[in-house]
This record gives sequence, C-alpha cells and structure tokens, in this order.
Amino acid sequence: MNVLDFARAFFSDSAHWHGYDGIPTRFAEHIRYSLEALLIAAVIALPVGLLTGHTGRGGNALALIATAGRALPSFGLLVLMFTWIGFGMLPVMIPLVVLAVPPILVTTYEAVRSVDPSPVDAARGMGMPEARVLLQVEVPVALPLILGGLRTAAIQIVSTATIAAYISFGGLGRYIIDGLYQKNYEKVVGGATLVAGLALATLAVFWAVSRLTVSPGVRRGG
Amino acid sequence: MSGFFDLPSDLQHSWQGLVGLHLREALLPVLAGLLVSLPVAQLCVRFRWIYPPVLGVTTVLYAVPSLAFFVVLIDYFGQSETTVMIPLALYSLVVLIPSIVDGVRSVPPETLAAAQAMGFGPVRRYFQVQLPIAVPAIIAGLRVATVSSISLVSVGMLIGNQGALGNMLYAAQTYHRPALAVNAVLTIAALGILADAALVLVRLLLTPWMPRKGTTR
Repeated sequence: MNVLDFARAFFSDSAHWHGYDGIPTRFAEHIRYSLEALLIAAVIALPVGLLTGHTGRGGNALALIATAGRALPSFGLLVLMFTWIGFGMLPVMIPLVVLAVPPILVTTYEAVRSVDPSPVDAARGMGMPEARVLLQVEVPVALPLILGGLRTAAIQIVSTATIAAYISFGGLGRYIIDGLYQKNYEKVVGGATLVAGLALATLAVFWAVSRLTVSPGVRRGG
Repeated sequence: MSGFFDLPSDLQHSWQGLVGLHLREALLPVLAGLLVSLPVAQLCVRFRWIYPPVLGVTTVLYAVPSLAFFVVLIDYFGQSETTVMIPLALYSLVVLIPSIVDGVRSVPPETLAAAQAMGFGPVRRYFQVQLPIAVPAIIAGLRVATVSSISLVSVGMLIGNQGALGNMLYAAQTYHRPALAVNAVLTIAALGILADAALVLVRLLLTPWMPRKGTTR
C-alpha cells in the first residue's frame, strides 16, 4: 500500500462523507477556524502595517515583533494556552493569530514603503489629505504585495489549523490526529490530502482576488 | 521537587542536550535548503520560464501541513529525525528560492557588463559579483526560513518524541508540570531570536560595503 492507495481507500469509504465526522462537516469547521484567525490577524496587522509603511517609521520595531511572532512555536503556544486558559476556542486562535500577524505586518509595511515616491508626492502636491494619499494612491499600488502577505498568512493558518484537533476541536486535523493515534493511515493520508487541497484552493482564491482587485496599470508595471 | 530546567528522565536529554538537538534538527534542513536553492535559483535566473513553475511547486509543497509530511515519510524513514528534517528543508525552499532569485536579479546590468569586460567568466562572475551583491536578500530569506524552522521542529513531538524541545510539551501534560511547557516555548522563541540576530551579524560581516575582495567567498 502506498500513499495513493491510502488516499483512495479513504475517499471511497462512504462513511467519511456524512455525519459529524464527515468530510463536509470537518471542511466547514476548518474553513471557519481559518477565516476567523485570518480576520483577527488582518484586523490587527493591516492598519499597523499601513500606518507604519505610510510614515516610514517603526520598521525596526516591526521587524522585531515579526521575528518574535515567527519564533514562537504554534504548537507549543497551543499546548501552553490550553494548560493556562483551558478548553475553548481562544487557545486555538492565539497561536494561529500569532502565526499570521508577522507575514501580514511585514509585507504590508514593505509594500507601502516601497511605493514609487513620485506619484505620492504628486498626490500631496494636488492637495490630497494624508488619509487619501494612503488609501487612494499607496494602497492600490501596493495591493499585489499586500495580498501576497495575506496569502502567505492564509496558507500558514490553513495548514496549522490542524493543531486545533490536538485539543479536541474539529477541523480537518481531526483525521490526522485521530488517524495517528488509531494507527489508521487511510485517515491520516486522507486528512493530509484534504488540508493540502484546501491550502491550494486558498492559493487559487487569492489569485482570483488579485486578478479582480489589482488595477490593470499596476499589474502591467509589476 | 524539580527546578525549571530539570527534565523528566524519559526525555533522555538534559535541557542543554535538547537545545543542541533542536538546533541540529532545525538548522540542518535550512542548510540543505540553501544548498538546493542556490543552483535552482541560478537556473531560474538563467531561464526565466522555469521560475513560475518552480514557485508554483514550492508553494504547493509549503501548503502541505508538516504533520501530513511526517506521516507519509514515516513509511520510508520511520519515526526518526530524518522524517522531521525533510519537510523543514522543503519548506525553506519557498522562502529561499525567491529571495535568492530577487537578490541575483537585482544586480544592475552595468555591474555584470563591467565584470564581463574585466574578463570574469560566468562562474567567477557568479561567485564574486552576483552572489555577494545578493547576500542581503539571501540573508533576509535565511532569517525567515531559520526562525520558522526552529519553531516548527516542535511538531515532531507528535511522531514519537522527535520534536527536541517540543517533547517537553508532552512531558508538561503527562506530568502536570506547565512550567515545562513555558520553558519549551520560551527556549524555542529565544533560540529563534538569537539565530535571527546571528544572521544579521553574518550579513554585516559579509557585506562591508564598499566591497573588499576576498571577504565574500
């Protein structure tokens, strides 16, 4: 039996397709955890990244925060938060948000800072207030990079949300963790395939979003 | 009964031993990743059409969760360090290849032309001109890859205690000693930050612009 056989066995078993432990349910749970974490991380990191990028200050502090965030092991943080806070969604969300903030923060900062200064100066010269300079000139030009940061964060969240299952939550990690304990390879491989598939779908979604939102002029230039 | 750094004997290592093990399990994959990335990136620079598919493949590999990788690799390497290190090496590619390609591409064409005019062959030009100029970008990539790798090793705990410092997380739960989990998380984070600082130092040493010949490889 190789990996492909395991995967085939998993997906052809109809018991895996319905019920509370069925693929649709686990899929929905996984997507919900991931979206929640991404949303929280974006709400924290995007404004900070945009502002610091706009003013060009605080780059070193950001780099330090990002390194610290990356250095904290998600899995260790999960176990630690679980022992401190106890059962709940918070011990899952904290590691995922800590994981996702650094890429969003750093790329947003870099993206806004590296916008060509001449259109920015032109906008200022035309009398645009700073907020509009940021939102109507810098953000559209920096958008491809900003989306790239969000994409990295989203992929990391999707593949790491599997750890939620370690503290008895659902999501696709359920199959991997349960399979490991039950020595049921079909389940593990099936779960892994689903997570990888979801991560790839995330890539596709971001590609589509960037096609739709990045202005054609910026795309040509970049 | 036991201090912050006293570990249960079933971990089979002292705290220092685990730190060493952790560094080895985290840094060897990044080194391997760098050795693979350099030639691959060079190919991507030479033949532009390779770059998008290479990026695609590395992104896809990166999207596969580490746990899934471990499970597949257990079939071939058992519950060993190798099983933990192979995925980490693959993950490092997604950061390293683009940063090396960007770094090498950022070398101004005039500089390359000047090197050629001075009689540099392609090999010498690569090692003495392109690579040194790309050092800041490469180190930037290495920093991200190294820090992520150090924090990812701990997941190896799930496959038969191969997670070095991560194994303390399991011990923390079985022996009800949350201090062990605190110790693990803090030590791993500290290792990551120290490794990051060390790489910054390496960059400062490697790029004493204006360039003095000989210091950079």
